[in-house]
Amino acid sequence: MAKMTLEQLRKLREEKKRDIERRETEGKEIRIIVGMGTCGIAAGARVAFDAILAAVERHGIGADVVIAQTGCMGLCHVEPTVEVIVPGMPDTIYGRVDAATATKIVDRHVVARALVNEHIYDRPAADIIRN
Amino acid sequence: MAYRQYMLVCGGTGCESGKSDEIYRNLLKEAEAQGVKDAVQIVKTGCFGFCEKGPIVKVLPEESFYVEVKPDDAKEIIAEQAVKGREVKRLLYDKSTRKSNNKIEDIEFYQKQFRIVLRNCGVINPENIEEYIARDGYAGLEKVLFQMKGEDVIAELKTAGLRGRGGAGFPTWLKWDLTRKAPGDVKYIICNADEGDPGAYMDRSTIEGDPHSVLEAMAIAGFAIGSNKGYVYIRAEYPLAIDRLKIAIAQAKEYGLLGDDILGSGFSFDVEIRLGAGAFVCGEETALMRSLEGNRGMPVPKPPFPAISGLWKKPTVINNVETLANIPVIITKGGEWFAKIGTEKSTGTKVFALTGKVNNSGLVEVPMGTTLREIIFDIGGGIKGGKKFKGVQTGGPSGGIIVEKDLDAPISYESLQALGSMMGSGGMIVMDEDDCVVDVSKFYMEFCVDESCGKCAPCRIGTNQMYDILDRITKGKGEEADLARLERIGKAMTKASLCMLGGSAANPTLSTIRHFRDEYLAHIRDHKCLTGKCKDLVTYSIDPSKCIGCTLCAKKCPVPCISGERKQPHVIDASRCVKCGECYAVCKFGAVVKN
Repeated sequence: MAKMTLEQLRKLREEKKRDIERRETEGKEIRIIVGMGTCGIAAGARVAFDAILAAVERHGIGADVVIAQTGCMGLCHVEPTVEVIVPGMPDTIYGRVDAATATKIVDRHVVARALVNEHIYDRPAADIIRN
Repeated sequence: MAYRQYMLVCGGTGCESGKSDEIYRNLLKEAEAQGVKDAVQIVKTGCFGFCEKGPIVKVLPEESFYVEVKPDDAKEIIAEQAVKGREVKRLLYDKSTRKSNNKIEDIEFYQKQFRIVLRNCGVINPENIEEYIARDGYAGLEKVLFQMKGEDVIAELKTAGLRGRGGAGFPTWLKWDLTRKAPGDVKYIICNADEGDPGAYMDRSTIEGDPHSVLEAMAIAGFAIGSNKGYVYIRAEYPLAIDRLKIAIAQAKEYGLLGDDILGSGFSFDVEIRLGAGAFVCGEETALMRSLEGNRGMPVPKPPFPAISGLWKKPTVINNVETLANIPVIITKGGEWFAKIGTEKSTGTKVFALTGKVNNSGLVEVPMGTTLREIIFDIGGGIKGGKKFKGVQTGGPSGGIIVEKDLDAPISYESLQALGSMMGSGGMIVMDEDDCVVDVSKFYMEFCVDESCGKCAPCRIGTNQMYDILDRITKGKGEEADLARLERIGKAMTKASLCMLGGSAANPTLSTIRHFRDEYLAHIRDHKCLTGKCKDLVTYSIDPSKCIGCTLCAKKCPVPCISGERKQPHVIDASRCVKCGECYAVCKFGAVVKN
């Protein structure tokens, strides 16, 4: 790296800010959680995860969204699964999420605030899960 | 492709000694072996502050907070969390709660904290300037260079109300303003990183975790007062901090954020490191400057103040690490923002190194005005082993003891002084019922005897005299008039010493006499030390009617000087006993008697 000018410093800061924003969770109210259990990964959860990451990046909403991974959500028959939590909307679990669906979830659910109907699979009812 | 996950490994000195470097290397190795090295970024950061439970590994964005991690755990962390997205439950800080309840903010240790100085510690990799830049690093320098004049910078600090964090609380803006207005072309900026209080490590952790914040502040100071040269005076026994500072300076120069014509502004500023040999007196600003010049570190009378005649007799600003680390944030967020934090006269936050008999020892940053009770009992989690709180020493060997009844005082420079202690640099040592105040006072006085530079008589002779008196009280050879003697010598030292080392050396003794006179008198009149810490005043014996002959004490005795047959009462040979108290602690039947 050669000595920077003011413009270069500002550009570098903007670039790196997006990287480091991904690490932060404070003040972010939207959470997208990808099920990355063995079943999820086998069914293509990694591809879905990367597609979500790319879509969030494309919309420039990285500062508001946490993209986390979790273990198996128990919906192994419709893996890969993605849970989306947006304030003011019902917490939703999507199943059979491929790259295209993942992109649609970000475009429609997170940005346009509309559910992606054909992929909603809810978690088992609370009363049958043992604490 | 962006990373999916981030693992932050604490690289502070505390966690490094717990093998965090090995954990870091194992994580890298495992990530490679298990094929996720492009998905998870593993970063070594500065101190998280929660040293009690180190080494710490934090996984983001999941916010899994792992404590007491061992190098061998790396394989499981990668296999479970990076590959399968599951937390390693056994390593979580609070294993009893579900993940969703286990956010960092929910750990009581972090709840009352507010981080300005430590904003980047445990967040960024201190050896990577780009991560600092990403967190608004060098934005303050950019702002002053292109949008402000020197006097604007000083006005902003005045609005902020920032005061020196090294101890005395002198307004920073005034220091800068006096230096700016002092005649002369050559002026210097010094960062005082000669942190010497026993138990204090705030400044070390700040440099280890976020060295660029100090460098940026020094450049801002240089611009404000018209100086092109800064020195960081840091003690040689902080090798990790020195290494990170060297890397930071080299990177800042490479990126053109230090050196000639910074960002094309025409302003040039350079920083050099000077190592101190670790003398406590060199934390005193005039002694520090003599040492930096290559002379023996001894204080000189003030005035003239460093602002007029400092390093090599040139006008000099000398600020401590924590003070400087606040400055980039004040510039970017504004003095008014800063002034809203804390109390009216003591604005902002203060970092404390919380140590001693407290459950969560560690590095704590709280807004001024927080009470000591909140720090010790909420953040610190109370006293170890459920023992009774006795007092807390703030300000190290220059401060005093603060007792239970004063714990609800909001912390500020003024309130601590009113309680007979001082803010000091931020060491906070908690004592419980097992600590003897006479013994503690003797310890601090011994420290001052060792560290007195010997230049002025009140300090050189006074510390020795006070030590001798304290020593004989702990041996049961004191007399009641000794208390008045201690007070008289202490007051003379306070008034007549050349610098604050001698001027404050009597504080621990004077404040303990004030609060625990009875305890001193018990040593003097009854030759008793109720805590058993003063070994000359305590004897251990075994009550034959209670002893069942379990032999546990005899097994634990390191001498050994306890004898007896199984199932028969045991006997301690008092002539050989070293009074370690092991037998007393280990006996389940209350048969060992201390008196």
